[in-house]
Amino acid sequence: MEELFAKPEIRKPENIVYKKTDLMVDRPLSYCPGCGHGTVHRILMEVIEEMDIQGDTIGVSPVGCSVLAYDFLDIDMLGAAHGRAPALATAIKRLWPHRFVFTYQGDGDLAAIGTAETIHACNRGENITIIFINNGIYGMTGGQMAPTTLPGMRSSTSPYGRDVLTMGYPLKMTELVAQLPGTHYVTRQSVHTPGNARKTKKAIRKAFDIQKEKKGVGWIEVVSNCNSGWKMTPVQANKWMEDNMFPFYPLGDIKVDGKLIEVAK
Amino acid sequence: MAKIKGDIVINTERCKGCEVCIAACPFGVIAMSKEVNSKGYHYAMKVNDECTGCTNCAIVCPDGVITVYRAKVTTE
Repeated sequence: MEELFAKPEIRKPENIVYKKTDLMVDRPLSYCPGCGHGTVHRILMEVIEEMDIQGDTIGVSPVGCSVLAYDFLDIDMLGAAHGRAPALATAIKRLWPHRFVFTYQGDGDLAAIGTAETIHACNRGENITIIFINNGIYGMTGGQMAPTTLPGMRSSTSPYGRDVLTMGYPLKMTELVAQLPGTHYVTRQSVHTPGNARKTKKAIRKAFDIQKEKKGVGWIEVVSNCNSGWKMTPVQANKWMEDNMFPFYPLGDIKVDGKLIEVAK
Repeated sequence: MAKIKGDIVINTERCKGCEVCIAACPFGVIAMSKEVNSKGYHYAMKVNDECTGCTNCAIVCPDGVITVYRAKVTTE
């Protein structure tokens, strides 16, 4: 279709202020429309491009929706067994101490089957970056209840809402690992608005800088939507996330430079 | 008077029609098309000339389909 409002006098290569980074492989992402994974992938690659470390970075992809992350990110990647990404990242970092190593995990991978690996890697203070995408549900397998599902939240295995008496309470992994001495920088961000996406980029940059200084784990939780699992449109899902997820998972830094931040309440 | 003007180019074949960019744009530049692309998604398109090249839409686009241009334009 012919574009009505094209401005050829502005549309010149020297005027480009933003384009998709070349470190994203030029192929369609396998994620649902509006999924935060795509945004986090791109932001992560922008950070790596800015730091010019694409040849020195090794990523570990999880099991879950982002299991195919190595198809989209144009850097060295390894696929870990379900939940074992921090263990694999530990091995990589110890064998290649000068490489930048990160894991990219969802809540089903990191907070459920991989809880032990995650906590021990954080407690050992491995010099890795952990990016944790929390959408409160098992997105890939059909929207089942995850450890991070909110109380009262409906999922395909809790159709009447999560009943904390029989199904237990949600697990706040980020607050949990912030208590451990091995973590240096722990933060919770989101990517559903431009401002939040910019803050997430800064947080990822900071976590990679910490790796350079060998100070411990840099941990970034990204509260994300799962519009397919939540049975909403992407815009509704973002609104629902603001209204329900953020009161339980408040955004912001939790631990900076190895010190817990006191939250005024 | 010099004015900052922007323009966006949307890769309509890659757009999945999630509409996240529409809420992100402060000037209402983007709307969904009536037509669909080859995957069957309504795609985002530019509907007015108000773009300032702020890059908000491109930053929140999960599929990275938006390229943003910005230039200083001198007007009478």
